[in-house]
Amino acid sequence: MITLTIDNKTVEVVKGSTVLEAAKKLKIDIPTLCYDSRMKPHGACRLCIVEIEGMRRPVTSCTTPAEQGMAVTTTSAHLERLRKTTVELLLSDHPNDCMVCIRAGSCTLQELAYKYGIRENRFGGAMRDHNRVDENPFIMREQNKCVLCGLCVRVCEEVQGVSAIGYAGRGFEAKICSPFEHDLNCEFCGQCVSVCPTGALSAKMWAGHPRHEGVELTETTCTYCGCGCNITLHSLGNEITRVSSRTDNHNRGWLCVKGRFGYEFINSEDRLTTPLIRREKGGALEPASWEEAISLVVDKFSAIKEKHGADALGGLASARCTNEENYMFQKLFRSAIGTNNVDHCARY
Amino acid sequence: MAGLAAKFGSGAMTNSVAEIETAKALLVIGSNTTENHPIIALRMKEAVRKGAKLIVADPRKIPLTKFATLWLRHKPGTDSVLLNAMMNVILAEGLEDKNFINERTEGFAEFADSLKEFTPEMAEPITGVPAEDIRKAARIYAEAENAGIYYAMGITQHVMGTNNVHAVGNLAMLTGNLGKPGAGVNPLRGQNNVQGACDMGSLPNVYPGYQKVDSPEVQKKFEAAWGKPLSSKIGLPASLMTEAMIEGKLKGMYIFGENPALSDPNTHHAVKGFESLEFLVVQDIFNTETTDLADVVLPSASFAEKTGTFTCSERRIQKVRPAIASPGEAREDLAVISEIYQRLNGEAVTVPDPEAVFAEVASLWPGISGVSYERLEEESLQWPCPSADHPGTPYLFKEMFPREGGKAQFTVVPRVISSELPDTEYPYLLTTGRELFHYHTGTMTRRSTGLDAVAPTAFIEINPADALKLGIADGDQVNVSSRRGTIKLPTRVSEIVPPEVVFIPFHYKEASANKLTSDALDPICKIMEAKVCAVRIEK
Repeated sequence: MITLTIDNKTVEVVKGSTVLEAAKKLKIDIPTLCYDSRMKPHGACRLCIVEIEGMRRPVTSCTTPAEQGMAVTTTSAHLERLRKTTVELLLSDHPNDCMVCIRAGSCTLQELAYKYGIRENRFGGAMRDHNRVDENPFIMREQNKCVLCGLCVRVCEEVQGVSAIGYAGRGFEAKICSPFEHDLNCEFCGQCVSVCPTGALSAKMWAGHPRHEGVELTETTCTYCGCGCNITLHSLGNEITRVSSRTDNHNRGWLCVKGRFGYEFINSEDRLTTPLIRREKGGALEPASWEEAISLVVDKFSAIKEKHGADALGGLASARCTNEENYMFQKLFRSAIGTNNVDHCARY
Repeated sequence: MAGLAAKFGSGAMTNSVAEIETAKALLVIGSNTTENHPIIALRMKEAVRKGAKLIVADPRKIPLTKFATLWLRHKPGTDSVLLNAMMNVILAEGLEDKNFINERTEGFAEFADSLKEFTPEMAEPITGVPAEDIRKAARIYAEAENAGIYYAMGITQHVMGTNNVHAVGNLAMLTGNLGKPGAGVNPLRGQNNVQGACDMGSLPNVYPGYQKVDSPEVQKKFEAAWGKPLSSKIGLPASLMTEAMIEGKLKGMYIFGENPALSDPNTHHAVKGFESLEFLVVQDIFNTETTDLADVVLPSASFAEKTGTFTCSERRIQKVRPAIASPGEAREDLAVISEIYQRLNGEAVTVPDPEAVFAEVASLWPGISGVSYERLEEESLQWPCPSADHPGTPYLFKEMFPREGGKAQFTVVPRVISSELPDTEYPYLLTTGRELFHYHTGTMTRRSTGLDAVAPTAFIEINPADALKLGIADGDQVNVSSRRGTIKLPTRVSEIVPPEVVFIPFHYKEASANKLTSDALDPICKIMEAKVCAVRIEK
């Protein structure tokens, strides 16, 4: 263990921790744009700079290892001036369209502009124009809003292992793109969208839905495969408008294309909305009331049991439905009907 | 699951997903993890980045092979020969964990004897894997401090599926890779709540918590709890239900949240079964191929509209919470099932409380008696969790195996050959599976515009050498036939499949792979052989 002081507070961390991690342990807030604890330190945004006794210049806390006896200062007039200038420089080349931006209210850059009270910008001049239409069905790319934090590139390489995107160009012309600037053709996991700190990356299917106003968040479990990812459903009224995942859960906020983007079926027009009964063999299914449908089921099951015995009835439960439903289903067959003819598709 | 339960006394993932990144070696066999369990695959990639050695055994060049230290491209249906040969090497080179074998297993002598014939040289022509690679794999796996095995339907959907599971279990036992973190035998469950459905007793031979229906003691316990006499006769497994329907032994069926008329191997036969029924009730959120055959269709709530719990692959019980109301008159499955239960019992109909139902299960299955909704509100828990202050169990068998005597059982695994291999009439071996962008029969994913846009149509993967032989170009429409049916679909000429093996994803109803697949059964657990059948391809 290593002991150091940050803003005159003493903290103990394991060897190999960074100064930023030590500060987090003390719950000291240091602004960052390119940092994500789930990835390797990068040191691109320069916002996490701190002063360390004995070092001539401020250093980035996310890439500086904590050392025994270090004395760190996270806030000073000098540091705040440098940070403000960094944000001003980023904003000097950023479209000023927060009002219509999908990330308004959850944008790190917007928060920083607010924090430093940047209304006017000292740095005029040319603006990049890297926007182009990407025809992929999932991910909206607005490159003019990119701050080159590199989180999307890193998550794609370090976490997803796909490396579908990278850097192109130098200096002012630097940008993130896929090979040869083709349309994205990747696994569409959307990990990049989830880590983007600005409106540069979003989901096409989010567009037009409210960003925050009236949106309710519900913590639940994904319905697809057996990974059991924790997801957050964003809903407005009875419509699911977005799926996200918190970073502090067992899947660490990572989702796949189905979990993140495959939610439209919930509000599909094709959903069954009323019981249906086929009143004669070979006829069509016709709408019925719940009372009629359930009475028919109860009567038919009773009649078959009476005539042919309980083992003439069988049930297929569902690996898609809840534990409670499965329990009740097998109880229905075993106890109310009297047969063990109950199974599900675990075998398939 | 029958395989693991017989060997270890419990049939579930022995270890946890988070532990994967601490494994020093990984053997992934019969699991296209990146496409079917994408988030578990992230942990595997992380393990590799941290220096773990990854062995992938798969006939197809699945995406995970990019990260593999060693890729064994064995022929479909030869998994257990490959595994036996690895174990032959382990014994021949003295790499086994003698302490573990002596102290924690039984049946070793006979088992070791049975491996003698499975030399790498014997396995090479059968599996198509060079003997030297089998040796390498054996060494990587056995020499690692802790090594995990991860598998899925790729080794179980075979006539020798139970044997294959026995073989992976044997391999872990032989090297002492059980009862410690980052190791174990880990079946990756294909659906959100397969584990839970099994746990809850949606199986013909067990009550909730794997308590046997033919044990008089267990029967008495449940009779007392439910207040009704119960049957001690083991029920029909799903794969034998079709035959029972056709023979007229099964007259009425109730299916919820399943689409067997598309997902069952040899669907033509399955549909004939459903059509023979006197009465079929299907409960689902959409019209499916199965509701098309029903007499009564009941509209359900989706997962976003209900309260309950799912248990994922790693035995983790987690809350499901409603975000929205169901459309129209759709109702939660629990309410519908409960009403039918109460009316059949002549009881007054009441609105069921999921929390009370869960508490009822917890009172009947000691493995989760420490789990409650109150705790699940704050955390998720991995069973076994026997008491309210128990933290849950990340990995099983630390002290003992829950079998009589507390030891794990070695099982002799003989060579079994797939029931239908290619011949002159049907010269190609068809294997089936899923792709990343769709899920099962596509009732959900094919209604997502984005997913449907990137994966709009079925396809058959065929090796360039075979395409050349047949005069087929990429994208050509072909007729693919087996002894059970014919489908028409475009080709995808690709080296993902080896020569003489073709692959079709089973999501697409317009070209349903399961019209071709075989319903030959594993004699022990009655799984159908969806992964191997013989087909013919015509332009």
